[in-house]
Amino acid sequence: MVLITRKIEFSASHLYHNPNLSAEENRRIFGKCNNPHGHGHNYTLEVTVGGEPDPVTGMVLDLKELKGILEREVMQRMDHRHLNYELPELAGQIPTTENIARVIWQLLDPKITRGKLQRVRLYESPDLFADCYRNGAATAGNR
Amino acid sequence: MSSALKVELGRRYRFSASHRLHTPHLSEVENYRVFGKCSNPYGHGHNYVVEVSVSGDIDPATGMIANLADLDAFVERRVLEEFDHKSLNEDVPAFRDTVPTTENLCIEIFQRLKSFPKAKLERVRVEETGKNSFEYAGENLEGNRP
Repeated sequence: MVLITRKIEFSASHLYHNPNLSAEENRRIFGKCNNPHGHGHNYTLEVTVGGEPDPVTGMVLDLKELKGILEREVMQRMDHRHLNYELPELAGQIPTTENIARVIWQLLDPKITRGKLQRVRLYESPDLFADCYRNGAATAGNR
Repeated sequence: MSSALKVELGRRYRFSASHRLHTPHLSEVENYRVFGKCSNPYGHGHNYVVEVSVSGDIDPATGMIANLADLDAFVERRVLEEFDHKSLNEDVPAFRDTVPTTENLCIEIFQRLKSFPKAKLERVRVEETGKNSFEYAGENLEGNRP
């Protein structure tokens, strides 16, 4: 199996607030991420697809095709959006890096039909990221 | 929550420390042959980057695998306070008898962090410089990822 990775960047705002918790608990758990007016990040998304290169084209999948999927599924939904209010897929969830990465996996997995989605890595900042993998697909080598 | 999916949280930390690669099990000549300038008796330093990955269920109330404040405080106490601006050879007991290569540093940091109570430690990756990095996932082969 060969892995290929495509990277995109998008900018979005969010805030962390659980309406089932008190204002004090929200501040304690979420700290400054609980600011009611929200704040933003430049997110970097790395999407890794694995498969065998097609004998004719030499490609696992055409990067143009992957680029189009990322544009439609991620950029158009999330870029320059407020993730709390404009992303129905996250409704009722706190838009943490973990949850956004999971939503991105769920959006991309059914759309990637050539090769197979192996990893979604979403950076909220260079020092904080979440990874998604297919559970149980682990082997010591390829993912 | 989709159990078909495994989600990990990754966090990068930094510390600066000195070390010397040298073992009493080899002669001076052999030390220099194996370790080169890293065996300089006065040591030298690096700006290390430590990447810590933990896994677990995402708590629906918080959206988090683990609260970053908890992870940051644990890593600060267990690793950064003990390693930052220190001599790894002199100040970290584990390296009194073990060569403080970044391989061994990865293992030592993994051992220090594996008892993190809020999530499962999956892997520790250490960059000694921007040009080399090392990873350790304990005995868990599933933790090894490209």
